[in-house]
Amino acid sequence: MTITTTDEGSSPLPFGLLREHGDGPASKRIVVAYGFWIFILSDMVMFSALFAAYAVLSGNSAGGPTAPELFNLHNVFIETMCLLLSSYTCGLGVLSAERRQLMPFFVFTAFTFLLGSAFLIIEAREFAGMIEKGAGPARSAFLSSFFTLVGTHGAHVTAGLIALVYLVVQVIVKGLQAAVLRRLLCWSLFWHALDIVWVGVFTLVYLMGASH
Amino acid sequence: MINSTAIMLVVVVPVIVATLAFAWWYRASNNHAVRDLDESYEGRVEFVVWSIPALTVILLGGVIWLGSHQLDPRAPIPGKTRPLRVDVVALNWKWLFIYPDHGVAAVNQLTIPAKTPVEFRLTSATVMNSFFVPQLGSQIYTMGGMTTHLNLLADAPGEYAGFSANYSGEGFSWMRFVVKSVPAGDFSGWIEQTREAGSALDDSSYAELAKPSKDVPPVTYRLVEPKLFERIIDQTASGPGNSAVGGAWCPPARQAGG
Amino acid sequence: MLGRLSWAAIPFNEPLPLITAAAIAVVIAAVLFTVTVKGWWPYLWREWLTSVDHKRIGVMYVVLGLVMLLRGFSDAIMMRTQQAIAIGGAPGYLPPDHYDQIFSAHGTIMIFFVAMPLVIGLMNFAVPLQLGVRDVAFPVLNSVSLWLTATGALLINVSLVIGNFARTGWMGYPPLSELAFSPDVGVDYYLWSLQISGLGTLLTGINFVTTILKMRAPGMTYFRMPVFCWTALAANLLIVAAFPVLTATFVMLLLDRYLGMHFFTNDGGGNQMMYVNLFWAWGHPEVYILILPAFGVFSEVVATFSGKGLFSYRSMVWATLGICILSFMVWLHHFFTMGAGANVNAFFGIMSSIIAVPTGVKVFNWLFTMFRGRIVFRTPMLFAVGFIVTFVIGGLTGVLLAVPPADFVLHNSTFLVAHFHNVIIGGVVFGALAGINYWFPKAFGFTLNERLGHASFWCWLIGFYLAFMPLYALGLMGMTRRLEHIPEPSWQPLLLVAEAGAIVIFCGILCQIAQLYVSIRTRQQHRDLTGDPWNGRTLEWSTASPPPAYNYAVLPRVETVDAFWQMKRAGRRAAEHAHEAIEMPRNSPAGFITAFFAVVMGFSLIWQIWWLAILGFLAAATMVLIAGWSTEREYAISAAEVAQMEGGRLEQRA
Repeated sequence: MTITTTDEGSSPLPFGLLREHGDGPASKRIVVAYGFWIFILSDMVMFSALFAAYAVLSGNSAGGPTAPELFNLHNVFIETMCLLLSSYTCGLGVLSAERRQLMPFFVFTAFTFLLGSAFLIIEAREFAGMIEKGAGPARSAFLSSFFTLVGTHGAHVTAGLIALVYLVVQVIVKGLQAAVLRRLLCWSLFWHALDIVWVGVFTLVYLMGASH
Repeated sequence: MINSTAIMLVVVVPVIVATLAFAWWYRASNNHAVRDLDESYEGRVEFVVWSIPALTVILLGGVIWLGSHQLDPRAPIPGKTRPLRVDVVALNWKWLFIYPDHGVAAVNQLTIPAKTPVEFRLTSATVMNSFFVPQLGSQIYTMGGMTTHLNLLADAPGEYAGFSANYSGEGFSWMRFVVKSVPAGDFSGWIEQTREAGSALDDSSYAELAKPSKDVPPVTYRLVEPKLFERIIDQTASGPGNSAVGGAWCPPARQAGG
Repeated sequence: MLGRLSWAAIPFNEPLPLITAAAIAVVIAAVLFTVTVKGWWPYLWREWLTSVDHKRIGVMYVVLGLVMLLRGFSDAIMMRTQQAIAIGGAPGYLPPDHYDQIFSAHGTIMIFFVAMPLVIGLMNFAVPLQLGVRDVAFPVLNSVSLWLTATGALLINVSLVIGNFARTGWMGYPPLSELAFSPDVGVDYYLWSLQISGLGTLLTGINFVTTILKMRAPGMTYFRMPVFCWTALAANLLIVAAFPVLTATFVMLLLDRYLGMHFFTNDGGGNQMMYVNLFWAWGHPEVYILILPAFGVFSEVVATFSGKGLFSYRSMVWATLGICILSFMVWLHHFFTMGAGANVNAFFGIMSSIIAVPTGVKVFNWLFTMFRGRIVFRTPMLFAVGFIVTFVIGGLTGVLLAVPPADFVLHNSTFLVAHFHNVIIGGVVFGALAGINYWFPKAFGFTLNERLGHASFWCWLIGFYLAFMPLYALGLMGMTRRLEHIPEPSWQPLLLVAEAGAIVIFCGILCQIAQLYVSIRTRQQHRDLTGDPWNGRTLEWSTASPPPAYNYAVLPRVETVDAFWQMKRAGRRAAEHAHEAIEMPRNSPAGFITAFFAVVMGFSLIWQIWWLAILGFLAAATMVLIAGWSTEREYAISAAEVAQMEGGRLEQRA
């Protein structure tokens, strides 16, 4: 795409430092990873807006069900463990990919997928249960902001799992060539970022909500 | 406002003059102009270039801080007479004025005694509007389910135009009202008269009034429920389906700002 | 089957939109017919619609912006006319239902589909060239951004014919924009159109931040970048930080409208003040996204046409970054009258006036660039001088509005309207027109007609003052904005002057159209053979006009700021190295096709045709997956071909 320099990210310095002294455009691996970081930053901004809305509206239950009545911290704990573990297996998977170890890569990725799916299933059941009790998103502003914040995170997880399947197919068909590896790297950044958002959700929504 | 304008003009006028002057004097065809095409930095100029805006802004900052506090809409206006309380409700597309301590209400006409501080509580039964009487002072938003506050005082008797300063839909251009500032003695007379002659503003007449209409001529009422303002807020916050004023269960009225 | 869509959506009984729609349909049909008959489709598809070349994408953005300017301006002149004649008891010719849609569409179109495309188009065209590189970081994504923006523009125009547009003003404040008070599709058109184009804009932000920070010519350290690239960097950082907030806010309003949620409703615990805060947390950075690149254009133009380096490059950079950061700390000045209290209002008022410092520094730096320069008054320079004079007036009134007690009586009046048109027209529009005149020869290989350029400038300048100075006065006299009829007969003379101003601006637009036409007809006489028609200072002027697809056969080695100026002085010719093969990105239909399905999806969501919306979404997603599959995205231009293209150019120059 642009002029490719000789090092595909093999520079001894942390990536980017050499470039600041003006040695020409950075390598593709650096450019792609950097761009993806900026995308993740923008996604974090969007989540902050949703967090802000939740902060403003969390007390507005319009006479309806409130957080302490609704949140099952036991299930939330299991969900959280699933997601955190999936980040761990994701990291192991990427390391295997970088070392071109296909079998470990597939195994760790399968676990990542399963753990992510477990998270989604538990969350879907939580949502369904709340809606059944009459605590759906249209009940009050608190519930609207809860479902939207947590649901947006869940939608990102869903998209991530679909993308994971897609990337695994790419690995099978094309092998672990540079472009595919770059995409896996970006995917893992995305997955870890979702973990970070979840830590925020877990703390600010569930722990703080349940303790009121 | 005038202070701020003056401060800014002191900077802006010379800048405009300098722009036109430089553009004219340094045009290519002017052989008298001294040129220095290599100059691109000069420390003293740099210092001045940052100082002028900085000093201007420091001055302005003072004006802003002091002015914001002195002219805060929420701040009660000191006066010898006891303040008059008026509750304002923005409807589609007219204004309802409630006098909770005097048992009267009026639409699109606000009668107040001159030289008396008026304490407004404001809300909207529909969408966001802005209560504004330019000749008397600040405007303030009116929002559904919550209360905003404003304090005004009319120095002299007279008639003042008022309107909504926030677009609120089809009838927005007709949301005009008149403020009649009358001598204090005349005001109590007006209250008496209105209480005797006005039709009652009860639940059903309010429900009629709340229906969308525009270009509504001024009308006065005898107030049946002194807490009408609070009940309208509760009703607005509890849902569009609840047309009865003061429906059974309502969340508490909310305060805006602060 | 078709959701809420029915024949009733087409305004058969309303002559005005119907005739307009018919006229637009005729024009579009004529264009499509001509293109088909002349057999231009293969060329258009290959060279433009699937192009990922930043230069082509930049041109298409500018074309989009200029075409939408015609639509936005027609709205403006309709509003001016209504306000000039609907005085006292006279009803005018526009009922509130139409008038309210027109002013809402006017604002939405001008900000999102005129100003943004013009500014993004100029950045697209010029930034990679100025950085001395071959393209942006993610060329295919760039194409996606363009076509998603066009999708939004298309949807808004469809609302003219099928259904109606929002009647909420361009900001869409709830509860008016909620289902209870806006039950028809208008607000949905607004929201979906802006969500889709907003995604495109966000992708642009990511693209350009990465490009500017990670891809520059060898030797181009940060402080050797052209100022336009610095302002582009600041604007794109703002895009990345602000647009997601708008996305989230519109998601919330959409959820309120579609799923009955209570983010901003009166009931259920909703908080309309939160919308106002969130909207303006995006909205204020947005206006700096618009103005910073315009400032950058003027920095380039003033330096070039004064024959002198920009005065105090470093403080320009710091001022730009200062504006960038400060723009996030002032948002509350858009609603001092919402009742936040004196301390909060004072804080935001002070922060707002602090932004005047770096802005003032920039103005002084431009002035000192002109000082002792040798000024040549080509069209871009006329716009620059006009800009400085006009913009400082707008800045003055802006600082005035930043004083809360003043704002209390001026908020939402025509004084406010005059202020923001002052800075947007005097700043962004003039900047865009200056940039277009400045870079046109680089893009197309011939200069624009000077006389018509001057004529358009004077019409815009005089028209602006005639149209908006009366509005300042009217605001001070108590006229509020968005009035469908005027209560005070004494205001009519000023409103008639404003109407005259709109007509003069219209003449300016006609001059621009004439300028394009005449310039194209006489292009042979005005060919730019050297690539450097203005004796420029930055790298783009070292390339041919128009540049080859790869911009630079050999990436230039940069040693100072104003790299090309230094090269010229040192007598350096274009590098005569042995040419290497160049890898360039292949064209891709991904952008165009994804956008096509985005139109289907957007339209279906608006009309609640759920099955079609799902299909549209799946098709768009499939296109994304297809585009994300390939790893062979480049093609090679052989060394011999490069040498041939470069050789031809050297001959042309000699």
